[in-house]
Amino acid sequence: METKVIVGLGSCGIAAGAGKVYEKIKSLKQAEHLDFDLKKTSCVGMCYREPLVEIIDESGSYLYGDVDEERAIDILDKHINQHNPVKEYVVKTDLFKTEDDEYNDSQVRIALRNCGFMDPEKIEEYEARQGYRAIRKIAGQGMPRLDVIQTVLSSGLRGRGGGGFPTGLKWKFANNNKSDEKYIICNADEGDPGAFMDRSVLEGDPHSVLEGMIIGAYAIEATGGVIYCRAEYPLAIKRLNIAIEQARAKGYLGKNILGIDGFNFDIYIKEGAGAFVCGEETALIASVEGERGMPRKRPPFPASQGLWKKPTNINNVETFANIPWIVLNEADEYKKYGTEKSKGTKVFALAGKIRRSGLVEVPMGMSIRDVIFKMGGGIQNDKKFKAVQMGGPSGGCIPEYLADTLVDYDSVNATGAIMGSGGMVVMDETTCMIDVAKFFLDFTQKESCGKCTFCRVGTKRMLEILDRITNGQGKEGDIELLEELSYQIKDNSLCGLGQTAPNPVLTTIKYFRDEYEAHIRDKKCPALVCKKLLTYEVDPEKCTGCTVCAKNCPTDCIDGERKEVHFIRQEDCIKCGTCYSKCKFDAIKLS
Amino acid sequence: MRIARISTKTPEQEASNTDLDLLNPLIEKYKDKKGKLIPLLQGTQDIFGYIPREAFLKISEETGLDLSDMYGVATFYAQFRLNPVGKHIVKVCHGTACHVQNANEVTESLQDALKIKDGETTEDGLFTLESVACLGCCSLAPVMMIGDETYGKLDGKQAVKIVKNIKIKESN
Ligand SMILES: Cc1cc2nc3c(=O)[nH]c(=O)nc-3n(C[C@H](O)[C@H](O)[C@H](O)COP(=O)(O)O)c2cc1C
Ligand code: FES
Repeated sequence: METKVIVGLGSCGIAAGAGKVYEKIKSLKQAEHLDFDLKKTSCVGMCYREPLVEIIDESGSYLYGDVDEERAIDILDKHINQHNPVKEYVVKTDLFKTEDDEYNDSQVRIALRNCGFMDPEKIEEYEARQGYRAIRKIAGQGMPRLDVIQTVLSSGLRGRGGGGFPTGLKWKFANNNKSDEKYIICNADEGDPGAFMDRSVLEGDPHSVLEGMIIGAYAIEATGGVIYCRAEYPLAIKRLNIAIEQARAKGYLGKNILGIDGFNFDIYIKEGAGAFVCGEETALIASVEGERGMPRKRPPFPASQGLWKKPTNINNVETFANIPWIVLNEADEYKKYGTEKSKGTKVFALAGKIRRSGLVEVPMGMSIRDVIFKMGGGIQNDKKFKAVQMGGPSGGCIPEYLADTLVDYDSVNATGAIMGSGGMVVMDETTCMIDVAKFFLDFTQKESCGKCTFCRVGTKRMLEILDRITNGQGKEGDIELLEELSYQIKDNSLCGLGQTAPNPVLTTIKYFRDEYEAHIRDKKCPALVCKKLLTYEVDPEKCTGCTVCAKNCPTDCIDGERKEVHFIRQEDCIKCGTCYSKCKFDAIKLS
Repeated sequence: MRIARISTKTPEQEASNTDLDLLNPLIEKYKDKKGKLIPLLQGTQDIFGYIPREAFLKISEETGLDLSDMYGVATFYAQFRLNPVGKHIVKVCHGTACHVQNANEVTESLQDALKIKDGETTEDGLFTLESVACLGCCSLAPVMMIGDETYGKLDGKQAVKIVKNIKIKESN
């Protein structure tokens, strides 16, 4: 067997320098005539260890982490030349234990089944991993459309784009509406800032999304397919384009697909133009039609009147990626995982102050604590875990004491957060919850399309109040005012954006009310984040008298001679934080 | 809601350095397609780096699209720029993960060093500073992107150093 060296070239890997590592390995291979097959793959999910290089030889597979050019030279020399794997750099292998095993052990990879295991730009590699077998099975057995829909329905799969609507049911509606023109759309807008599951699937396994769409198209008799992908994902778009070309060449797209008489279907990509609200299905349709992405009233639902007023079915990337697996392995196999009402697995993007950040796919029903502490390895720098944000701008913060909440749609909803598309941003004691709420509101306020008054103006007023609170001008009654505005906005907005925009504020008030009160009453920020509420002092032990702070102070409120301890006159300090960021000796204390 | 305005330069000023003929193949390609408006604007921006006032006029004239519709769409989406940009666009990520890892410090330091505000372009036309949401490498937060290069695990000082290095390279 020829030894394989595989470099992970997803966006995260490339950002960490995987491109340079690939080039280095390539040039070494040529220069030293090394005997191995150099290949590319995408993100395996262990983003915190990027760049990752896998070597597969007779003895097994070794995944090396944190590989820079220097380490690559070392690994090639020892592993390839001397047949001596460098154990201390290995982060994943079946041959011995590594300190990262906990990250991988509890995962069940269905949506991510191919990510990191194949070259996404080669259709043959997808086919070799059971790719396009599901649609072949349908064609081979002449499976009736309603049977396909029934399989998806029985699997219990719910939409992974955030809403959690049963996918089979949606397909049934779309199938019921007869028309000679129908569309199937893949929502790859991934608007939640801090989530990157869909991107990894598109980059790492574009064919499974295509196959999911082809199966969906068969089931609902769609004639055209659109992938609405955010323009910020250039690599995903490139790989999707390659995949579509290859699928056309092999007859998975086109006329009479796989010999199914009259099954004509093709897919094209529509690049988004950067508007969060375009993730909402009616806004997305407007955007594909070339309009401003403004949501409209439902009904009529897209299933009866969607793109170009024709019946349309919209699903999320991860939803589609699950479909081929379900069709191939049957609904019962999928149903084995998960809880009563949430079946199967869910991909989460772990980020923030967590030790191991990256992508994990876990069975529904695992506890948040297990995801963060067992898989994610806990909090960076041994700080204290404070909360986890789920569901992005539509979601909320779940506090430490509710960490035993299970990840399924209903349990997460009960906390006031939502499952959302799967972003989990972990926060520690140095994160200010009011600052986080303000961050999200600033986002939704900018992204509101402006159609509904409550969403357009209400979010702005809420943002102003939060601004005041974090600037030390909070007033008694502000919390109640925020709550009142929240309910008004929720009740009087047309689409999900406005209806959920207040969630980050409501959940932080619910679980961290004391922090709001500290800001408002005591003018203190317990997490030491809100600059205007801090006191800046010089630490006499650390100050060297270098005068940098005094020179940069915009109000000249720092006194002191060169080489002597400096002193900040509090009455003139405007709390701009300049001294803190300029000091090279860490001598400015915050309290 | 986003608020944006078309470049206030006079048509003469603009036309002098914009070769509108570059738009012809683009217009030809999309003229008769359904849903052409957004691809036309995206294509225009790919050519000029922003959408010049003159381009709006030309496209409207040759495709029959209403100017008001075009303006409406161009101001709705964050992607479209109505003013010229610098040679290097410095995109600082302000997604959730980067925010909790102190992306504000990165933007503030860059604002200080480049003497521009977020969204503005330096006088020498070298840099435009932008905030973007999630670049998809949250494990490296806070992150910024200049051209195709992504820089991770930044603080204010490192970010300024990177930009200064580019500036030095440019002046050589
Ligand atoms: C403001 C807003 C933003 C949304 N953004 C996304 C998104 O980025 N990706 C996505 O798949 N669904 C998003 N959705 C949900 C979609 O409207 C829709 O429910 C989903 O794409 C359906 O697919 P699913 O059933 O497979 O989940 C968003 C909804 C709202 C209200
Ligand atoms: S939040 Fe900055 S890269 Fe994701």
